[in-house]
Amino acid sequence: MPPRVDNVKCDGCRNEREALCEVICPGNLMALDTETNKGYCRSLRDCWDCMSCTKICPKGAIETRIPYQLGYYPAKLVPFTGTGKMTWTAVDINGKVERFTFRTRNK
Amino acid sequence: MSEKRLLKPEAVQEVHLETDILIIGAGNAGCFAAIEAKRLNPNLKVTLLEKAHIDRSGCLAAGMDALNTYIKKGKTREDLVRWSRDQVGGGPLREDLTLSMAEYLNRCIEEWEEWGLPIKKDENGEYLARGKWDIAIHGESMKVILAEKVREYNCEVINKVAATSYLVDEGRVVGVTGLGVKDGKFYVVRAGATIVATGGAAGLYKPYTNDGNDCHHQIWYSPFNVGTGYAMGIRIGAEMTTFEMRWCAVRTKDFNGPIDTISVGYNAAMINGRGEKILQTHYSHLGGEAAPRFIRANAPMDEWLTGRGPTYVDTTGMTPEQVKDLKEDYLNERPTFVQFLAARGQDITKEPIEVYGSDPYIVGGHTASGYWINNDRSTTVPGLFACGDVAGGVPNKFVGGCAAEGVLSAIGAVQYVAGLTDRGHTDPEAVKSEKERVYAPMARMAEAGDGVTPGEMEERLQRLMDEYAGGVHQFYRTDHHRLEYALKHIKILQEQVRYLIAEDVFNLLAAHEVIDRLTVAEVLVHHLLYRAETRWPGWQTRADFPEKDEKLNCFVNSRFNPETGAIEMLTRPYEKVVD
Repeated sequence: MPPRVDNVKCDGCRNEREALCEVICPGNLMALDTETNKGYCRSLRDCWDCMSCTKICPKGAIETRIPYQLGYYPAKLVPFTGTGKMTWTAVDINGKVERFTFRTRNK
Repeated sequence: MSEKRLLKPEAVQEVHLETDILIIGAGNAGCFAAIEAKRLNPNLKVTLLEKAHIDRSGCLAAGMDALNTYIKKGKTREDLVRWSRDQVGGGPLREDLTLSMAEYLNRCIEEWEEWGLPIKKDENGEYLARGKWDIAIHGESMKVILAEKVREYNCEVINKVAATSYLVDEGRVVGVTGLGVKDGKFYVVRAGATIVATGGAAGLYKPYTNDGNDCHHQIWYSPFNVGTGYAMGIRIGAEMTTFEMRWCAVRTKDFNGPIDTISVGYNAAMINGRGEKILQTHYSHLGGEAAPRFIRANAPMDEWLTGRGPTYVDTTGMTPEQVKDLKEDYLNERPTFVQFLAARGQDITKEPIEVYGSDPYIVGGHTASGYWINNDRSTTVPGLFACGDVAGGVPNKFVGGCAAEGVLSAIGAVQYVAGLTDRGHTDPEAVKSEKERVYAPMARMAEAGDGVTPGEMEERLQRLMDEYAGGVHQFYRTDHHRLEYALKHIKILQEQVRYLIAEDVFNLLAAHEVIDRLTVAEVLVHHLLYRAETRWPGWQTRADFPEKDEKLNCFVNSRFNPETGAIEMLTRPYEKVVD
């Protein structure tokens, strides 16, 4: 499941020691382009769609896409990480919106 | 590319480290092992070597929506053994190891909750049951929570280093070598005791979901677990068990998402193209809806083959509240399944969810494949302990059981280190030759500039295994002649390893992942050849021996002979310790 990076939103994590998507990807797939300093996935086919990069991005610049071979455009799933909880917004191909909020940690 | 191109092995920097207890792999099992080792002796140096980043590495990267082995009130460890035995069709399984694991199951899960993991509760305040042994959780952050605890216990964590081979001194393991997947450096880590916790093996078989495009890794198991722990053990002659008990699961079709979440959690039955309840109508003699997991995985595939496809889980009886809960479950484990349904514009109360079998995996947390171990989780090689998916003998460990085994391996390793009189030697020549082996695909790229890419070799292996060693496209079936064919071509591929090329560190790691998969695949085919019966249809189907042979209710084990290069097969008896 390929992550897509929005090059306008991505700032290459300039305030971090290392780009967070690059640090967190369990498949070592995210990297910074040496010329543009923007994040990218260097092997789209090897992504497991765990969404770790999408969740950790401080700029909300990464979107995880369903490969078109499996599902239609333009469905979206957007995570928002709060303190001890998460909110997810899903938008289907007909524009129907669903929202989910639940705890991810005990107090 | 972001990484330095390192073309000459002699220019590669070396990093030398020493530790008391080395744990290879900081997934669930490895983290529990590290914490336990520090608790037992805070003066020991405990080091975790992790290929990715501890916060989101291993099988729990995205989270989990249930823990499948918790001993509830009124149940005993012996009940768990009996259930586990039924799940593997009467055996074999290591009942001794299952009992010792069960001793620590609840402790690990309850501690995880104290550390911050939300576990759902029922109206009486008990953990919310989801089936016989399962409890429901909100596990999105469970790995992050565990990683924090590891740091709190002052364990050393070395991220972004992939293990390549064990360091061996006079037959005992004294550490490991590794490749820095970001820095390209060569790591030599010497240790008193070594615990392997690298997980199982994905990517041995071609998944049906890969159209040669963006969904190559649309698979059940973590695709970054490539069987390195098995391969390293095989290379030094460690005894392995039950590789032929492959794990194949029934999954949502195309997406390859979890089905137990729906079928167990919400009692949605599997139905075929005719609308018949598959398990009740055609598999009642094997347990119907309560049939063991291998039957459940094989049933939809048999429906397709018999002309009763497609196959579904019938979600049309679910209420909108149940659907919301179900989607929440998915968001805690496989979030993009919710996106997949959105991308199909599918309302599952109107249209059922299609199901199909997954590609096969070798994974000791679900089946019994892995290192042959003793009760203290020591392997057949001194100095080396194993836990989690890489350790064999105990099917149905799942997340809780892998954690419990981490604890047990730490107890074993701490005892071993206490009894050590010396830390052994490292042969510089052996280190040098391993370094040459590790960087060979880069050297070839620099010298010849042409050869075989890791991706090409991976796909060749996956196609071969799929068609000849019982992959999903062959409805899991294989036979003697096909397996012999597979072996012949695995040998050719192993000869071709010298042609592998890597232009950078990223591809160098990919090269070693395919090399390790080749080692695991060869042993797997030998195991499939040896078991001349069909014991677990789907997991292990020999079309030329369709019946079960009670004489083979024993362990099929293997040992690579480093002297001759041969894989030697042996059997070990199945010992029933619970009535």
